[in-house]
Amino acid sequence: MKTTIKVAAVAAAGVLALTGCSGSSSADTAHTVNVVGYSVLEQANAELIKAFQQTDAGKGVDFKESYGASGDQSRAVAAGQDADEVHLSLEPDVTRLVDAGMVDKNWKDNATDGMCSQSIVVMVVKSGNPKHITSWSDLTKPGVGIVTPNPASSGSAKWNLLAAYGSVLADGGSQADAAKYMKAFFGNVAALPDSGRDATTAFTGGTGDVLLSYENEAILARQSGTDFDYVVPDSSILIQNPCALTTDASKSAQSWMDFQKSKEGQKLYAETGYRPLQDVGDVTVDGANDPSNPFPEPKKLLTIDKDFGGWGVANDKFFGDGTDGAPTGILTKIQSEAGQ
Amino acid sequence: MATAAAVADGRPARWRRSASSGSLTAGSSLGLGVAMIWFSLLVLIPLSAIVVKAAGGGWSTFEHVLASEQTRSALQLTVVSSLAVTALNMVMGTTIAWMLVRDRFRGMGLLDLLIDIPFAMPTIVVGLVLLSLYGPDSPIGVEIQNTRWAVLLAMAFVTLPFIVRTVQPVLEELDTDAEDAAASLGASRFTTFRRVILPALVPAIFAGAALSFARGISEYGSLLLISGNLPGRTEVVSVRLFSFLEGGNLAAAAAVATVMLVIALLAIVTLDVVQRRVARRV
Amino acid sequence: MSSPSTTVGTGSPVVKWVLRLVVVAYLFLLLVWPTWFLVKNTFANGMTGIQEALADPDVVHALQLTAQIAVASVVINTVFGVGISLLLVRQRFIGRRALSVLIDLPLSVSPVVVGLALVLVYNGQFGWFGPWLEAHGLQVVFAMPGMILATCFVILPLVVREVVPVLEELGEDQEQAARSLGANAWQTFWRITLPGIRWAVVYGVVLSLARALGEFGAVKVVAGNVGGETQVATVLVQQKYQGFEQDTAYSVSFMLVLAAVLCLVVVALLRPKEGKK
Repeated sequence: MKTTIKVAAVAAAGVLALTGCSGSSSADTAHTVNVVGYSVLEQANAELIKAFQQTDAGKGVDFKESYGASGDQSRAVAAGQDADEVHLSLEPDVTRLVDAGMVDKNWKDNATDGMCSQSIVVMVVKSGNPKHITSWSDLTKPGVGIVTPNPASSGSAKWNLLAAYGSVLADGGSQADAAKYMKAFFGNVAALPDSGRDATTAFTGGTGDVLLSYENEAILARQSGTDFDYVVPDSSILIQNPCALTTDASKSAQSWMDFQKSKEGQKLYAETGYRPLQDVGDVTVDGANDPSNPFPEPKKLLTIDKDFGGWGVANDKFFGDGTDGAPTGILTKIQSEAGQ
Repeated sequence: MATAAAVADGRPARWRRSASSGSLTAGSSLGLGVAMIWFSLLVLIPLSAIVVKAAGGGWSTFEHVLASEQTRSALQLTVVSSLAVTALNMVMGTTIAWMLVRDRFRGMGLLDLLIDIPFAMPTIVVGLVLLSLYGPDSPIGVEIQNTRWAVLLAMAFVTLPFIVRTVQPVLEELDTDAEDAAASLGASRFTTFRRVILPALVPAIFAGAALSFARGISEYGSLLLISGNLPGRTEVVSVRLFSFLEGGNLAAAAAVATVMLVIALLAIVTLDVVQRRVARRV
Repeated sequence: MSSPSTTVGTGSPVVKWVLRLVVVAYLFLLLVWPTWFLVKNTFANGMTGIQEALADPDVVHALQLTAQIAVASVVINTVFGVGISLLLVRQRFIGRRALSVLIDLPLSVSPVVVGLALVLVYNGQFGWFGPWLEAHGLQVVFAMPGMILATCFVILPLVVREVVPVLEELGEDQEQAARSLGANAWQTFWRITLPGIRWAVVYGVVLSLARALGEFGAVKVVAGNVGGETQVATVLVQQKYQGFEQDTAYSVSFMLVLAAVLCLVVVALLRPKEGKK
């Protein structure tokens, strides 16, 4: 028995020593890139990382990735999570890091204005579209359950809500009409999961009749075998995902970001359903409604800058949480009035 | 075996044999000091940080958070579901313990091991496993995902062993003289059970019930996938807390956590009181 | 099993069979059949599910990380658990009763509360001790030490609750005899006390190991979910399930459950030995 205990103690000490050794990850940080991304980015990045590691700039570069709801990820980095590159759903989540001193304030001064990927808002419905949902006005019909993430944590949520609000304006309606529409919209919300990916899970798990999501998420899910359909509505909003390096980012991180914006990178993003930032030639996208014409242009495509005054204005105007002197946003107010 | 067996074991509770050697020696003082430092760094200080954080916002934080319909809904759902499941466990747990002890049953050893499966399963896996049978694509057509039944189901799974394991040892050590006497006096089996056996089991049942309730209200992982976390409908308090946390609203998270801690403290104090009563009875 | 008299045990056959049916049906529907699906889904395509899972570097890393954290926390917890048990049973001091009650607290605290508590104290930006610790090179939150702490918290009572009753039963006679013969405290512990409590310690260790392998909520909050670095196996299961890789999720789940069940089987097999002692 004594021998057994001695042996066990030595073994335990050995394991602890091993723990100490392999637990540390700071070896060779020059060739490590810490990517902190929003939730639906994971699978697309997997392809790009593989391709990047085949290039000269990417040989020997190690990647550590973390994915989650855009707002939550942004807060995690602000709270100390390691990051070389943040690739988030929308600009305000990067602005938070600029304010925290972690991202340089000139992060947008480049060829793509700081963006790495883009998509649009689409409506995901059950296979065969049993409730015949094709337009924004169908969402407020009685008995329709809408699944959209929670704007407090998710970037996807804010894009969705602006697209919904903007659909009324695009049709010639006034701000008052839009507010009325959003009230009915929130009345039909069946669930407000934390992230875009959580919303997809909730919808495929049986919640709701329609899911508002990124077009690239819908395409990716169908590529992975999930059985549902999606509708590109008449009006939608251009989702522009920013990417930025942190102030202490490694050199390899800059090469990585350049790769993401390159033609090769954008083509790989397109293959998982993102709308490329530049012309990448013809791409066949499995999972799209029409793989040979995967990215049809909606009749009216709103943009955050032209139609909403840019995120600097829009984030407070629509999503201000009313704390610390900030005004309560239009949509925040409607959401809480609807009891959501 | 298993944790809960140590609780109302028929063995004396912690405080019976308190005839220990006198006051602290130098060595034990050091040991006590080290142990207390570890315990403080690990448990006491972090838990008090929660209370401090919640109190830092004053009553207004509490009011604001608890006034929220969504949070109140979550609290109510969690507590009521846990109570319901505990009541179910009190019946089923005692019955199962009865079967294990009093019934000669082929495959009982296997049954005994099965009871411990909820201890062995990571909570997230519990959710996966229940989804397979009771979620979409259920082979028996019972689809309860995103409903309150899912909350009850998940809680029932994870709290299954507690009462079984507290009652089992007591049943095993139970002296049957009183039962024989009652039978020889003509009492029916049911009366004997009700008047002779059950009272002896009650402390053990309540000890297990306290553990079951505490576990139920704190459950998180198993509910994530199957309950749907629908605000106001199937969202439990730990999910609400997690949302506050990830959303950076630490004050609200701390307020909710404080409420949960108070309930948890009540549960273990009850446990301690019951254990002492067991000690006095034996 | 005890009770030679089965006065109330065997009843009318009807009652007996109804009880059996109820119990078996309850356990089958709640426990057995769902667990069977885990096995079925894992091996739906033979061994390929598990092979593919193990080919994924994130999976391998997560499993290694889980194992490291589990072993580290169990070792730490056993040392402190035995020490605290000795203090609780053999010594008198102010606050002994309070300590005993508080030791049980981790059993009833929600794992997300555990995570929040540790974050509030050890976070490097706004925690109580975090900034000081990180300035001195020790990162707790979003790193290994934090995950070990979180696991230690949840397994804290398990060893103590096994060892304390046994220590009480043992009594101090042998220890006092040893001391009067000139043995010092360490020798007394090593040769008299420890052999007496060794099975209780083993049970405690195995139970805490099973529990540590399965910890989810607390580690999820503290660790930050960096794939291939701070993502433990349980968090990986959730991510894979939601990331359209259900097969991997099932395979990893199966491995975790198997490891923990083996722990419990070990306990079950050891138990009769204790009776024979």
